[in-house]
Amino acid sequence: MSTPAIVIAGCCAITAAIKAVGPVALGGRELPTWFTSVVILLSPALLAALVATQAFAQGDHLALDADTAGVAAGGLVIWRTGSIIACVVLAAAVTAAVRAL
Amino acid sequence: MAGFILAVSFGILAVEAGFSPLAAIVFSAIVFAGSAQFASISIVGAGGGAGAAVAAATLMNSRFVPMSAAVGPSFSGGPLKRAAKGQTVVDASWAMSSRGDGTFDEQLLIGASAIAYATWVSGTVVGAIWGDKLGDPSSFGLDAIFPAFFFGLLLNELRSRRARGVAALGAATALVLVPITPPGVPVLVASLASLVGLSRRARAEVLERQEAEGEPR
Repeated sequence: MSTPAIVIAGCCAITAAIKAVGPVALGGRELPTWFTSVVILLSPALLAALVATQAFAQGDHLALDADTAGVAAGGLVIWRTGSIIACVVLAAAVTAAVRAL
Repeated sequence: MAGFILAVSFGILAVEAGFSPLAAIVFSAIVFAGSAQFASISIVGAGGGAGAAVAAATLMNSRFVPMSAAVGPSFSGGPLKRAAKGQTVVDASWAMSSRGDGTFDEQLLIGASAIAYATWVSGTVVGAIWGDKLGDPSSFGLDAIFPAFFFGLLLNELRSRRARGVAALGAATALVLVPITPPGVPVLVASLASLVGLSRRARAEVLERQEAEGEPR
């Protein structure tokens, strides 16, 4: 199987299982505290890693380039205005503009 | 509207990462988990393997375990029906349908998810099929769209000092590993920063919050 096919099949099976386990197996029982505590912190860890690698890494080396500027601009907009749409549009516009220089 | 733009850019970037237009559309139609899909194609796009991409999507989706467990008691029907209804849980519909007392409005949840699903799939179709008419996605800065979107999601997560510390640790770990590990690995290793949640103080705070939410209002 090609990489996209494996990724799609794998994500499909795992996402379905993850979303089914709560309503069926747990049926109102409480999750252990340690599990909830780790899951709450998974999002900031993963999101920060994804933002950092996409903004600062180019293949296997670190580099400041057009998308670094775009992501920084987008971050500034969402922090000041809270608008996700303004954030992504400006991030793309700044990246395109810096790249065109 | 923001959902539609993200879906269009997902379609374009999935094709850019090596997915066929049909594969990109099938991905959105059967997985329907935006941030997990973005995480996995960004790893494939950076040259990572299918295993790393699926692992990143799994970690990204792990939040649905506690989310769908919270909704579970509000679903009617037998186990199969509840499992099927559990598939409709996405971030926005989950937050919208929460009544604030630990129960959820089942109809509102499923209705909101249906709209989000139609938006997500139709946007992917537009991006995947007509994206190449635009020309080179990088000349439009499209590659900055999902790190910017993730940045937006991240800012929402940074309310506690512990979360900010974990985010900084995760970002630093990933950047240190970029030059020395295969693509995809830095993000996976960075997720280990969440193990800070095992500390006694972090667990005590979760317990405190759960007890505060369990009290009658």
